[in-house]
Amino acid sequence: MSIMQDSREATMIGRRTDGTPIRRPLSPHLQVYDMMQMTSALSISGRITGVVWSIGLLILVWWLVAAAAGPSAFATVQWFLSSWIGMLGLFGLSAAAWFHTLNGIRHLAWDAGHGYDIPTTYRSGRAVLIGTGVATLLTWLIAIIAWG
Amino acid sequence: MATNTTLRSPLGRVRGLGSAKGGTHHWWMQRVTSMALLPLMLWFTLSAALLAGEGYGSAIAWIGQPVNAVLLLATIGIAFHHTAAGLQVVVEDYVNSEWAKLGAILTIRAICWLLALAAALAVLRIAI
Repeated sequence: MSIMQDSREATMIGRRTDGTPIRRPLSPHLQVYDMMQMTSALSISGRITGVVWSIGLLILVWWLVAAAAGPSAFATVQWFLSSWIGMLGLFGLSAAAWFHTLNGIRHLAWDAGHGYDIPTTYRSGRAVLIGTGVATLLTWLIAIIAWG
Repeated sequence: MATNTTLRSPLGRVRGLGSAKGGTHHWWMQRVTSMALLPLMLWFTLSAALLAGEGYGSAIAWIGQPVNAVLLLATIGIAFHHTAAGLQVVVEDYVNSEWAKLGAILTIRAICWLLALAAALAVLRIAI
């Protein structure tokens, strides 16, 4: 076989009984799975919230650079962040960030070899979802009290 | 030992696709940065929530405090490392053309470096 140009080829390499390589599909792909299960839904959400959080990092950079630039640039950031769009965006970001964080802790536990059985996986998944809701509301409660 | 049924050398196979024994560093650094970001992000989220509604003066004063400035610099460096590493994996998984993949990863790297430096400079200008 020649050098692979497409990494998807890796799932297409089988061997005949005599050991010679042959191109054939090895495993079923996404369409055979129920993607709304707790396991797969939280898995892809972890990745999506990670990508979303990079937008949050952009806002942090904007906020810091504007603060260094002076009062008028800072006022623009403050105006945007306290607008309806800005507040909605920040709320979404805080929820995504909390999910990514709590799901990340779940992943660290898996990496250390804990919680692999199905009942524990579902329980930790539910804990991440509930934790995300509670932590997000708590964050905004603190923000609203500080604002008031 | 499996019988070698191709004429490709082990080096040729590695160049084509597969482990070159350098894969764990990226993975491990992603875990290390994630652990460092746990306390840093907790601190930053709480601080940001407490700064809600405050004006320019209190924001500058907060960033300018030495402890906050140092923690901000650490957060910026580690968060951009973690973000670049994570986005790279997403690109590697979903972009299949070799050149587009390389281009996207290098672009992500460049943007992350520039934004991290800009943010760090902003903190230093305020704090020093």
